[in-house]
Amino acid sequence: MSAPRDSMISVPSDAPSDRPLLLVNVSRRTFLAGVGALGGLVLAVGFPAALRAADPPKYGRDGMPDGWVDDPLAFVAIGEDGTVTIVCHRSEMGQGVRTGMPMIVADELEADWKRVRVAQAPGDQKRFGNQDTDGSRSTRHFFEPMRRCGAAARAMLETAAAARWNVPVGEVEAQNHEVLHRPSGRRVGYGALAKDAAKLPVPPRETLRLKDPSRFRYIGKGELKLIDAPNIASGKAQYGIDTRLPGMLYAVVARPPVYGGKVAKYDAAQALKVPGVVRVVEIEQSPPPAEFNPLGGVAVIGRNTWAAIKGREALKIEWADGPNREYDSAAFKETLEASARKPGKVVRNEGDVDAAMASAARRLDAEYYVPHLAHVTMEPPAATARIVNGKCEAWGCIQSPQAARDRIAKRLGMSVENVKVNVTLLGGGFGRKSKPDFMIEAAVLSKAMAGAPVKVTWTREDDLHNSYYHTVSVEHLEAGLDAQGKPVAWLHRTVAPTIISTFNPEAKNEAPFELGMTAINIPFVIPNVRIENPEATAHTRIGWFRSVSNIPHAFAVQSFVAELAAAAGRDPKDFLLDLIGPARRIDPRTLGDTWNHGEDPEQYPVDTGRMRRVVETAAREAGWGKALPKGRGQGVAVAYSFVTYVAAVVEAAVDEKGELAIPRVDIAVDCGAQINPDRVRAQLEGACVMGVSLATKEEISYKVGRVVQDNYHAYEVARISAAPREIRVHLIPGDFNAPLGGVGEPGVPPIAPALCNAIFAATGKRIRRLPIRDQLKV
Amino acid sequence: MVTLHVNGKAQQVDVPPDTPLLWVLRDVIGLTGTKFGCGMALCGACTVHLDGRPTRACITPISAAAQAKVTTIEAIGGDQVGKAVQAAWVDLGVPQCGYCQAGQIMSATALLQQTPKPTDADIDAAMSGNICRCGTYTRIRAAIHRVAQKGATK
Repeated sequence: MSAPRDSMISVPSDAPSDRPLLLVNVSRRTFLAGVGALGGLVLAVGFPAALRAADPPKYGRDGMPDGWVDDPLAFVAIGEDGTVTIVCHRSEMGQGVRTGMPMIVADELEADWKRVRVAQAPGDQKRFGNQDTDGSRSTRHFFEPMRRCGAAARAMLETAAAARWNVPVGEVEAQNHEVLHRPSGRRVGYGALAKDAAKLPVPPRETLRLKDPSRFRYIGKGELKLIDAPNIASGKAQYGIDTRLPGMLYAVVARPPVYGGKVAKYDAAQALKVPGVVRVVEIEQSPPPAEFNPLGGVAVIGRNTWAAIKGREALKIEWADGPNREYDSAAFKETLEASARKPGKVVRNEGDVDAAMASAARRLDAEYYVPHLAHVTMEPPAATARIVNGKCEAWGCIQSPQAARDRIAKRLGMSVENVKVNVTLLGGGFGRKSKPDFMIEAAVLSKAMAGAPVKVTWTREDDLHNSYYHTVSVEHLEAGLDAQGKPVAWLHRTVAPTIISTFNPEAKNEAPFELGMTAINIPFVIPNVRIENPEATAHTRIGWFRSVSNIPHAFAVQSFVAELAAAAGRDPKDFLLDLIGPARRIDPRTLGDTWNHGEDPEQYPVDTGRMRRVVETAAREAGWGKALPKGRGQGVAVAYSFVTYVAAVVEAAVDEKGELAIPRVDIAVDCGAQINPDRVRAQLEGACVMGVSLATKEEISYKVGRVVQDNYHAYEVARISAAPREIRVHLIPGDFNAPLGGVGEPGVPPIAPALCNAIFAATGKRIRRLPIRDQLKV
Repeated sequence: MVTLHVNGKAQQVDVPPDTPLLWVLRDVIGLTGTKFGCGMALCGACTVHLDGRPTRACITPISAAAQAKVTTIEAIGGDQVGKAVQAAWVDLGVPQCGYCQAGQIMSATALLQQTPKPTDADIDAAMSGNICRCGTYTRIRAAIHRVAQKGATK
């Protein structure tokens, strides 16, 4: 890397160099960029190509900007000492991708994990393929390309060894960092072969021999420790906020408190008197839509972060708040409710819901509310940039390094080639750090300081006041039951400001990718179904939050199913299984879902057999229906999201004062084969805690256009004492040759409804508004 | 000038005495293992030990830390209990993003130094000041119990 290696600098020591990575000086070969020319990155993050109308349908990894790369020259380097360096091109934010991705390559490469080091790719999608680390896509999109990378490099080493011994390549075999000549028993190490192998062409994709899964050393075993764990445990791990460069300055920014607002005037005189403050710089506002742009405001630049914070406190700023200055969450809830009670845009319609409702023996309706949420990653957004000789280099905790690179280039008026974005570890992401606004701020401020390195740190208050929030929603549900308690009609109106509004302020309907998150694509056996989507207007930046619209949709749908079961006098689990119906594979398009998480509907149908199985597994493992003491109850919910099936059974305990405890949660997950089972478990455990947290505590609310919550005392998240005491994750075995599902997000959606269903079983009280907070208090 | 004693080393720093220890550790001395999370002692990410007591560096002015021995995550492995806690964190795969774990390890080490066999209630009390947004709490609890069972010296 180009940063000088001096002891003052704490850029990640494992960053890849700019030289070609592999095996020294090989001419790069044909299959470099599998999907090359998708071009323009407008709406790139989180928007698969299937959503861009002009493109022919492309699915999965083919549909992502810059697609995929399986070239070992981009991902693998072998030193003459035998050290194998494997590039991870996806951002590590706790999902274990810096262990999982290289592990796939290492396994196919027959590399000894003890001799593998991992290098983090800078933002360069032409070279590495898509790097937008979101949508629970890393493993499901890159398992196969990474296997091919490893297999191709292995084949090159085998060919080099065969040539050295002058034997047929069929007689040699790579084994754990060596190549063996079977007839003679001769062996040669990878390091000794590196130079020769580097001179060979990369073998064509169709000639590669992938391992039989029975011969995997690492894949599917879950035995490797996290590659970053020792550094994390000893304080050496480098996050975005930890970057240090010689002569670096530290900035915090006062941003408009109301979305769309800007600085009317400001007075920096007092701020400049604060010891350690160097300069005050205005960042020009980018008018809405926010897109990925900085919000603008006034930056205070100091000799350390504290000086900048104190300087900012001394600023006098008058804001022009703009059209969102009245945004008020209590009033907006009523607006959403009013919309939800009137017909809206019909997005799915089967049978005749009105007629079936009219003739139903019983009718039920319910409304569910989920407020805005904030990611509150433990590491707030932070990034550093400097400009040297007309080139900008940035470091930060970014989920979308290519988007950051493109936007910095645009904002600074540079070519993309003159911008380098280095990805540090992310102290949590959850969707917040897929927006590079904070990194662009660092670049803008570096430019204002004549290219000096500037680190921008968001305080927790900044993070809560100026995030890209999870939407706010009202879900209105109605159902008709026949005389036997069987549902005959289902009406769901979902109302929520759309993420699209962050890019197009006219957008007032949920996008296909939002509707396709457990609202439109419910596979229930109900003859008359209508899903409607009345309009809603956004008054703040709406963004992706781990599992996105699945949160309100699954909360409403899975709560309402339990309400119907109660009305029908049925066991909720049996009732849910009856609604799911017999095992069948449903084309999502027949459910009105044109999105399907960007995946091929042929490869990824909605499989009700898999959905049933996770429900049955979670119920069985939880001892569903067991006798429980007074005040305890079990609740079940299932969600199909990110092409993965997850069911949860929550056991809730509510004492006589209304205090909630969660002794145990059983989660069954079918994500296909598990590449790193321990990390799958970890993700499901963490998603469970996050689900409990948002269900019980979390709420962003607005008054006079401003977020009310300042810090963790007001925006509470679950602590150890409130977390489930025991979380049991049950993995459904999968086939390594079958399509994979996502893992990072799908654990979140079923938790809130399963918890609220458990609370109903324990107390008879039905929660329809999140967070629960003191609703159980007696 | 204020003199601090950090990880066994005297450090002179030229910042106002009301500057929080957190920012002096991170920005002035260059020990970035201690993390910023809230600035209000709400999340525990900045936990260090002052004379062995777990302390939130984000609200501790250096003037109040000058008389104390400051130990940060970078040096806690020099303590038998701290070393055992770090090993348990790695063995049980506790970290996800890892950002809060320096603070978690500092709090857990202080707990185990005081209470070698903590109950679940002890763990709740000692660890509730440390937020983990990834939700690694069940493994944090398991790792603390693991250290308690194995003993710190192994």
